[in-house]
Amino acid sequence: MLNRALLLKLLSAVVLFGAWEIAGRIPVSFAFPTFLESMTALFEMTMNGMMFQAYSETLRPLAIGIAISAVLGIAIGLWVGLNSFFDWLFSPIFIVMQAAPLAALIPLLVLAYGIGLTSKVIVVCIMAMPVIVLNTSGAVRNTPESIKEMGQSFLASKTSILLRIVIPAASPVIFAGLRLGISAGFIGAILAELKITPTGVGDIITYSRSIADYPSMYAAIFSIILLAVLFLNLLEKIEKVLFKGNQRGYVSD
Amino acid sequence: MAMSPIKEVTAQTTPMEFESAVSVRNISKNYGDVEALRDMSLEFPRGQLTSLLGPSGCGKTTLLKIIAGLLEPTSGQVEVNGKTVSGPGKDRAFVFQDFALLPWATVIRNVAFGLEMRGVAASEREAIAEKYIKEVGLAGFEQSYPHELSGGMRQRVGLARALAVDSDVLLMDEPFSAVDEQTRRKFQEDLLNLVQIENKTFIFVTHSIEEAVYVSDQIAILLPRPSRVSEIIRPSSFRDKGVDNIRRDPEYLDIVDNIWASLRGYVE
Amino acid sequence: MIVWGLLWEIVGQAELTFFIPPLSEVLATLFSIIGTPAFQKALAETAYAFFVGVAFAIAIGIPVGILMGKSRLLDELLLPWVNVFLSAPLTALVPVLMVLFGFGMKSIIITTALFAIWIIILNSRAGVIQINRSLVEMAHSFGASPLNAFFKIYFWAALPEILGGVRIGIIRAVKGVIIGQLLISIVGFGALFELYSANFLMGHFWAVLIVLFALAFTISEFLAYLERRVSYYASKR
Repeated sequence: MLNRALLLKLLSAVVLFGAWEIAGRIPVSFAFPTFLESMTALFEMTMNGMMFQAYSETLRPLAIGIAISAVLGIAIGLWVGLNSFFDWLFSPIFIVMQAAPLAALIPLLVLAYGIGLTSKVIVVCIMAMPVIVLNTSGAVRNTPESIKEMGQSFLASKTSILLRIVIPAASPVIFAGLRLGISAGFIGAILAELKITPTGVGDIITYSRSIADYPSMYAAIFSIILLAVLFLNLLEKIEKVLFKGNQRGYVSD
Repeated sequence: MAMSPIKEVTAQTTPMEFESAVSVRNISKNYGDVEALRDMSLEFPRGQLTSLLGPSGCGKTTLLKIIAGLLEPTSGQVEVNGKTVSGPGKDRAFVFQDFALLPWATVIRNVAFGLEMRGVAASEREAIAEKYIKEVGLAGFEQSYPHELSGGMRQRVGLARALAVDSDVLLMDEPFSAVDEQTRRKFQEDLLNLVQIENKTFIFVTHSIEEAVYVSDQIAILLPRPSRVSEIIRPSSFRDKGVDNIRRDPEYLDIVDNIWASLRGYVE
Repeated sequence: MIVWGLLWEIVGQAELTFFIPPLSEVLATLFSIIGTPAFQKALAETAYAFFVGVAFAIAIGIPVGILMGKSRLLDELLLPWVNVFLSAPLTALVPVLMVLFGFGMKSIIITTALFAIWIIILNSRAGVIQINRSLVEMAHSFGASPLNAFFKIYFWAALPEILGGVRIGIIRAVKGVIIGQLLISIVGFGALFELYSANFLMGHFWAVLIVLFALAFTISEFLAYLERRVSYYASKR
């Protein structure tokens, strides 16, 4: 069974990349290189170190932004989830932020913070933070009543209930929020590089487009998408291992 | 209402010959305008099992949670061993309907939870937990997680957790309603043994008439709108005939029939 | 919300920073620009790209999702890719669209559709997969033809999930259309944001932002309302 699934996955990859290759060979457009050309360009750029340099630049605002969003987001989320006054005060802000196209703020951020690292970090933060806050607060609020009562009836203190019951119970959803936040953070990081100033991978994309070196451009795009997807899949795997018990229904299956 | 036959088989009229472990005095509980309990008084004899039985909405779980200290009564008071209840305490342990196990913790850590909260040292509480895991028949599952267990086994974990803290009073909120019929029968037999060997007071909420009559030393029938104790039944003759003979005892069958006769009118 | 509005006004009045004008000023600007041709043109352009993009995403996404839910082979072939694109940073694909489809409306529409379509596919698929076995068997035993079964049963049974997917898809599409406008060509609201911030017209900037956020929020709340109307039976399955 596993083999069939794996085989089909491979098959679907072959079909997609094959279609890409064929479309590139026809060619559909002068700006559409074949899959093999793109992969060659990717290989070259990896070998001459260009990719590593680019990623060290791209990942910096991403990592800083994610770190800030995670710490602040979870803290605010816990606070909002535990206290109904802050819930009333802050939740609307984050719900609006979640629904609103925050990319529109980029021109303002550039104006306020210039075109450096600060702006890019903020872009990552505003993209990543709302979902982290909302997931955390929602998870904390939805802790099953019965296990909280259990804690009380076995004489757990308020702090014990928070640390031993509420946070562990909420952590799968908090972790899922982090994963969604990181996914949004990737969007923000790339958006920042394409829109604010071309650096890192964004630079490769913009530059190779301007000199019509399309294989390099596709290679850069392919690599960033691949990186994001692999990283998010890794997180999902970790999530499954960490929270195995919570995956299945547990009250009565 | 034709309730007179019940009275013939109960010892309700005899004066209290037991010492009460738990006394409920004039408890009322309102949720806003809704009256969940009105002026309810009840005695729970020490070392015996008392069932709270009634149709849904009669406030039996509310009463149990008030005794547990999880809910505060609007008026009236609960005394456990002569002391007024003002919140959860060491003298009572709770067994939850949906088990309320921590899904991220192993069986042994779940069972030891109550002890952990009382500050018992790790090695000691694990030894105690192990003993009770064995007692409820889960030896070998100490390192399993709740999701790896069947519903019946999970409730055994919940029971072991409540036993491990060695409280005088065990409060059980429909503990067997989420397990299948055969497991439930086994549980009921085990519970009878438990009442025999552990010198504890059991308060047991159920909506199953057969279950209540089978396991109880005393059955309090609660009726809704307004919530009240309609009668107290004390089965007398079949208790010591052995677990296998109870279900065909004429007194058992009579009591089951009579309770149904009096509850029938309250079931939608 | 009112508290935040007041706070905004106070920060603005105190002139702490040039970037935040008082709310009252922003609102005044809002009413003054709402009738201007520039604003209406931006609104029309954005709405056009948005609706066409969403229409494509729905028209393609729902059938693909339902087919994936019904056919195991198709499901196994496509699901990995749907998952990849669901979480992939689609902004990186925008430059590809630009070189392939030019700098015009076409690219923006495709960006919008790309942002919205994957979650719609995924939810439609999930909706079809979770249909109760006994409901399918009921259809068989009462002799419903496949076409009848599809329209009378599968579609309705999966509707709550499908609508949920459409709602999230539309929220993503709002973000997609703005990202598209900012990156591809300077039209619609994207153009207004660039114009106002380049000319330091903070009042105008915030006014347009409020309109945009309010639109996005209204759309998402409206869809959530629709979803609740339909999913009243979802919990009772």
